[in-house]
Amino acid sequence: MTAQSPAVAAPRVRVEAVHKGFAGVPVLRGVSLTLAPASVLGLVGENGAGKSTMMNILGGHLRPDAGSIHVDGAVYRPRGASDARKAGMAFVHQELTLFANLTIAENLHLVRFPRRLGVWIDRTASRRLASEQLSRVGLRRGPDTPVEQLTSGERQLVEIARALTHDARVLILDEPTTSLGALERQRLHDLIRELRHDGLSIVYISHELGDVLRECDRIAVLRDGTVVAEGDAGGFSVRGLVRHMVGREVGQFYPAPRQAAVREPLLRVRGLCRGTRVGPTTLTVGVGEIVGVFGLMGAGRSELARLIFGLDKPSAGVVLLDGRALVGAPPGRIASGLAFVTEDRRLDGLCLEAPIAENLALASLRRLPRSLVGVLTGATIKRAARRIGSAVGLAEHVDLAAPVGRLSGGNQQKVVLGKWLLTRPRMLLLDEPTRGIDVGARAEIYQLLHRLADAGTGLLVLSSDLDELMGISDRILVMRHGELNGEFPSTAFDREQMLRAALPASVA
Amino acid sequence: MTSVASALPWPRVGAGGSVAPLCVAAFAAFALTVPGFATGTNIEAVLIAALPLLLLVSGQTFVLVSGGIDLSATAVVGLASVAGGLVMSHDVQPGAGGLPPAAGPVLMVLTGALAGAVNGVCIGALRMPAFMVTLTVGMFSGGLAVLLVRLAADTETLFNLPRAFVALGGTPLAAGLIAGVSALAAEVLLGGTAFGRMLRAVGYNARAARTSGVPVVAVTAAAYVLSGTFAALAAVLLTGSLETASPAHGRTLLLDVIGATVIGGTSLSGGRGQVWGAALGVLFLGMLSNALTLLNVSDFAVTIVKGGLILVAAIVDRAIRPLRA
Repeated sequence: MTAQSPAVAAPRVRVEAVHKGFAGVPVLRGVSLTLAPASVLGLVGENGAGKSTMMNILGGHLRPDAGSIHVDGAVYRPRGASDARKAGMAFVHQELTLFANLTIAENLHLVRFPRRLGVWIDRTASRRLASEQLSRVGLRRGPDTPVEQLTSGERQLVEIARALTHDARVLILDEPTTSLGALERQRLHDLIRELRHDGLSIVYISHELGDVLRECDRIAVLRDGTVVAEGDAGGFSVRGLVRHMVGREVGQFYPAPRQAAVREPLLRVRGLCRGTRVGPTTLTVGVGEIVGVFGLMGAGRSELARLIFGLDKPSAGVVLLDGRALVGAPPGRIASGLAFVTEDRRLDGLCLEAPIAENLALASLRRLPRSLVGVLTGATIKRAARRIGSAVGLAEHVDLAAPVGRLSGGNQQKVVLGKWLLTRPRMLLLDEPTRGIDVGARAEIYQLLHRLADAGTGLLVLSSDLDELMGISDRILVMRHGELNGEFPSTAFDREQMLRAALPASVA
Repeated sequence: MTSVASALPWPRVGAGGSVAPLCVAAFAAFALTVPGFATGTNIEAVLIAALPLLLLVSGQTFVLVSGGIDLSATAVVGLASVAGGLVMSHDVQPGAGGLPPAAGPVLMVLTGALAGAVNGVCIGALRMPAFMVTLTVGMFSGGLAVLLVRLAADTETLFNLPRAFVALGGTPLAAGLIAGVSALAAEVLLGGTAFGRMLRAVGYNARAARTSGVPVVAVTAAAYVLSGTFAALAAVLLTGSLETASPAHGRTLLLDVIGATVIGGTSLSGGRGQVWGAALGVLFLGMLSNALTLLNVSDFAVTIVKGGLILVAAIVDRAIRPLRA
C-alpha cells in the first residue's frame, strides 16, 4: 500500500494488521484493509478464509487479538454490537433477522420505539419515520405491512433500512443476494449505488464474482486469514479472482495419493431428491473408494447426506448398499453398515456433557455384548471405548469418564469418528469432517480416512474445502443448487474448473 | 475420583453424590435436637411413609433423565387406586369372589401404564411439550377418578377391600419388598442397560441420539409408560396401607416427587440422574418433614422449607452444567 498523501481523502475505515484466533487456531493473520468514503469494497474468498470473522470484528461482535482499527481517524474499539452501531457501523447479516409476524414499522423500531412522554409508543411517529426510512431504500410498501407478506428481496431492503436507522457511515452486506431473484438483485445494486452517492462506505461480501466486479470500486481477496490481493475492480477478472481465492499450495498434511483401481460398486444412489433443496441425484461409491462432493454453502451437501442416511424422507429415489435397498430410519441403515459423521458436532454429533466412553458407545449399544439379563456394564463400554479410542488416535491419558465437551475440537471429532467405527461401517458419509480442527488433528484424520478406504470401506466426503477434497479423494463430484454439476477423476482435478462449476450460474 | 464412584455405572456422580452426606448430617442433627426422632418406631414410620414416594420418584427419574417431566404421576395414583377399588371393593362388588385376587393390582398397573402411554405418545411421537401434556393428563385422570367412584358409590372413598390386597400393600415387609425391588430394578434399567444409556443420550442431546440410531420416539414414550407404571405401584401401596381406594391418594405428593428427584442429583434439563440418588432425596425429605412435624411446625411452614430447599437444588443443578451447547 502506498503512503497516503494529504491530497487523498482520509480513509473512512483503516484496518491494520488485525489478528484473531479461536481456541488457538488462527483465523485472521494480519489483515489490513482500507475503505474510502463513498466507495464500495468487494470482499471475496473461500469459505473459512476469514471474511465473516473480519466483518464480525467490524460489527462489534468479536474483538481482535491484535492490530488496530480507525474510523474517520479515530481509534475504533467497540465493546459490542450496539457500540459499533453508535460508531456508525451498519451490519446486514447473511441470514435475515426480521420478525415475520410483526409489521415493517415494528421491525424497524423494535429496539427504540418513538415514545410519547417517554412511556407510550408513538405509533404515528413510528409510521412517519418508517415511511422515510423505506423511501430511502426505495421500498414502496406501507409501514403497517406485516413482514410475512414481503418477498425475500423486500425483506432484504427492510433489513438495510433498519441497519441504516442509526447515522450509519459504513454498511456491511454479507452475501446479500443469495436469496434474491434477478430483478430484486438489480434493485439492490441500484440502491447500493445511491447509498454510495450519498457518501456511505459499503463492504460487499459475495460469492457472485460477476456482481462483485460490476458493483465494487475496489476488491480485496482473503485467503487463509490474510489479504492476498487488493486493487481496483477494473484490474481483476473472474478468472483472476478465482485463482487468487484458491491459490494456496496444497499442504503437506495430505496423505500420498492412492492408486487408481477398478472398484465394485458399494453405495448406489439413484434419482434421490427432496423438494427444491436436493434435485434428482445419482452417484456411486465403490468398495474402498473415496468420493468427494464439493459444494459451497447452501449447495445442498448436508441435505443430500441426510437423505442417504435416512434422517429426512426423500420425495423420490433409492439408496442401495451392496445391492440391497436401504429404507426407513437410521437404526436399520446403521445395522446395514452405513455411518454418518455430521457437519456440526455440537448440534447432532455428540452429547457434550456425557462421558467420552458413553459417546463412543452410543451408536453401538445394540451390538455390544451383554452380561446376565441384558445388563450392559460400564466395564464393557469402557473396554470398547478404550479400544476404538486408540484406533482413532485419542491419546492414552485422556480420561474416558470426562465429559466429551472438555476435549479440543480435533479430539471431539476423533470421538465422533470412533463412535461410527465401533459400528464397523462399510460405508461412511462424512460432512465437513475437519471443520474447526487444528492442522495436526486434520492430518491424523486424513491418514485415518485413507487407512479405512485401504481396508475396503467406502467414503463419501462432503465438503466446502476444495483443497481438502483434492488432497484425499479418488474422485470429486461438484454440487450446485442441490444438483450434481460435474465429475472429476483425480487425474483431471482442476481447482478453477471445479470452483467455477460450484459457483452460482450467473458467474459460470 | 474415588474407586467407589468410578465403579458406578454412570461415572459422573454429580449432585447425587452430595445427598448421602446431607442425609447423614440431617439424621444426626434431628436425632440430637428433635425429641422423639431417633426412636425405633419413629424411624420405622418414616421409612414406611417413604415407600410410595420412592416408587413415584423411581418412575419420575426416567422421565426427567429423558429431558421431560411427568406432572400427571400423582393424579395417576388416584386413578389407579379407584380402578383397583372398583373391581375389588365389596361396597361396589358384593359378590367380588368371582374375580381372581390378582385382578385388582393387575388392573391398577395397567391403568398406570395406559396413562403413561398416552403421555408417551403425545410427547414422544407428536412432540408435544411434556409440561402441557402431563398437566392435562393429570387433570383428566384426577377428574375421571372422582367421576368413576361417584358413579359406582355415593361416597368418594371405597372401603372393604379384600384382606389379601390390604396385606400386600399394607404390611411393612411386603410393601418394602415391592418398593425396594422396583427401585432396584429401575436403578439397573437406567444405569446398566442399553435402554438406560439411550434414554440418557436422548436427554443430553436428542438430535445426536437420533443421528446415532437411537429410536428416540420409542425410548421417550417408554420413560412415560414406566413413570405411569411406577405411579400405579405407589397406588397399590397407598390403597393397601390406608385400606381404602380413593381419588385423593397421592394428591399432595407432587412437590415431594419432583423435589426428591432433583435433590438426588437428577437434572431438570435431562441426561443426568440416578435412582439411588433420588432414593436418598426421598429419605432426606421424609426425615425433614417428620422432624418438623415432631417440632409442631405447621404444615404450611413445612411446605415453605421444602419448596426453598428444592429451589436451591434446582439452582445447583443449573450452576454445574456449563457444557450445554
